[in-house]
Amino acid sequence: MNTGNYNKKYIDYVSSIAPKTNEKRSLLRAFWVGGTICIIGQFIRFTLQLVFGLYGDVLSGVTSIILIFIGSFLTGLGVYDRIGKYAGGGSIVPITGFANSVVSPAMDFKTEGYIYGLAAKMFTVAGPIIVFGVAGSVLVGIIYYVIGLFV
Amino acid sequence: MKSTIFFKNRPAIIGTSTICGPKESQGNLGEYVETRLDDDTFGEETYEKTECKMLSHVIENSILNSNLSVEDIDCLISGDLLNQIISSSFSARKFDVPYLGIYNACSTMSEAFALSATLVDGGYMQNVISATGSHFSTAERQYRYPLELGSVRPPQSQWTVTGAGSAVISAKKGFYPRITCATIGKVTDFGITDANNMGAAMAPAAFRSLINHFEDTKREPNYYDLIVTGDLGALGSRILKHLTKERGVNIDKNHVDCGELIYNIDEKEFQGGSGAGCSAVVMNSYIYQKLIKKDLNKVLFIATGALLSTLSTQQGESIPAIAHAVAIENGV
Repeated sequence: MNTGNYNKKYIDYVSSIAPKTNEKRSLLRAFWVGGTICIIGQFIRFTLQLVFGLYGDVLSGVTSIILIFIGSFLTGLGVYDRIGKYAGGGSIVPITGFANSVVSPAMDFKTEGYIYGLAAKMFTVAGPIIVFGVAGSVLVGIIYYVIGLFV
Repeated sequence: MKSTIFFKNRPAIIGTSTICGPKESQGNLGEYVETRLDDDTFGEETYEKTECKMLSHVIENSILNSNLSVEDIDCLISGDLLNQIISSSFSARKFDVPYLGIYNACSTMSEAFALSATLVDGGYMQNVISATGSHFSTAERQYRYPLELGSVRPPQSQWTVTGAGSAVISAKKGFYPRITCATIGKVTDFGITDANNMGAAMAPAAFRSLINHFEDTKREPNYYDLIVTGDLGALGSRILKHLTKERGVNIDKNHVDCGELIYNIDEKEFQGGSGAGCSAVVMNSYIYQKLIKKDLNKVLFIATGALLSTLSTQQGESIPAIAHAVAIENGV
């Protein structure tokens, strides 16, 4: 069977009939769910500030910890993946999504034991985010330092 | 060079058994499935054990449904989607029966039919079991993301069927659906790299086997009451019809796809079912019962498989696919 030429033609044909993601709907869903998560975060922050009198780094830290807990807890209950299916990027980008990406493989691989399963596979999804996040922050730090020498 | 084997002694499919998960039970063909689970763990601790138990369950029941006992079985041929086909091999250790483990991804059912029929037709064996199955949660874990990860499924994706099917191929006389010929598929790759678009990757393989089958047998599509593909899904079926039409072969009237049949139309599954269990469940439940009742008399069953692995996808390889066609006709 002749494949050389046909491939390109076939791939073009497939992409012409393959169903497309509904962008408007995806964006709208991501916007309102992501926005709601951020509003909840802001509400927690205000409460901690006004009621418990926290401020500065401690305030940011405690707010993040509470959001991470909520994300992990909802993952454990089997709710977060449903939110994710609906909201897409809206629930992946906030810190709750990061918690979900760590907890979900940990839950899945628990059957292979706590060391080689849970602990080893915990960062299969979040690993790249951490690596590039840390590397990126170091790079930005160096640029910031070098600019500081001249300004 | 021909790729079709004709079975002179026409081995019979004397009994089948199927099992499916809760989602499949609620699907279009749920009522035809023998065992319907309302719990997708089947009482096991891990999903891999569930898949294995489902396979053992259908193998055992297909022996019972054929009025045979384990001692009558000469060979068990089965395969599944997991690494090192553990579900098949682990379920086979329960039975005191010679075992052949096979892998052709989701086309394993028709591959097993073709091999079983060959062993029986040659007179080497009396009763051979063909079985395969898959589980949504094991496939998801191995090929995609963790189950609880909040990721979005793209619209061209399919849903792996939780289910298993088994059939006993026998040299027994009497009125049964019989395997008359089999066209062994050739590995076909048209360059699709999107692992979410299995339908598009597998359609050319189904097309090639279909054309080879018609050329070798000198049959026309309308010879068959039904041409059943494995798990091309809605998109893959559309592509297959397009490809065959380009070749001047029209299968519009009598083509159905197991992946399209199995679920009710529901946004979550997008293009329909997939997985080795998909064609195994549909073929051994709904289609087999229709054959027994003579609502259907001539069926061409083409299960399709995408022969990729997670490694090959990550290394940017395109997806080779295969499809084996088996003709099943009523007769004595």
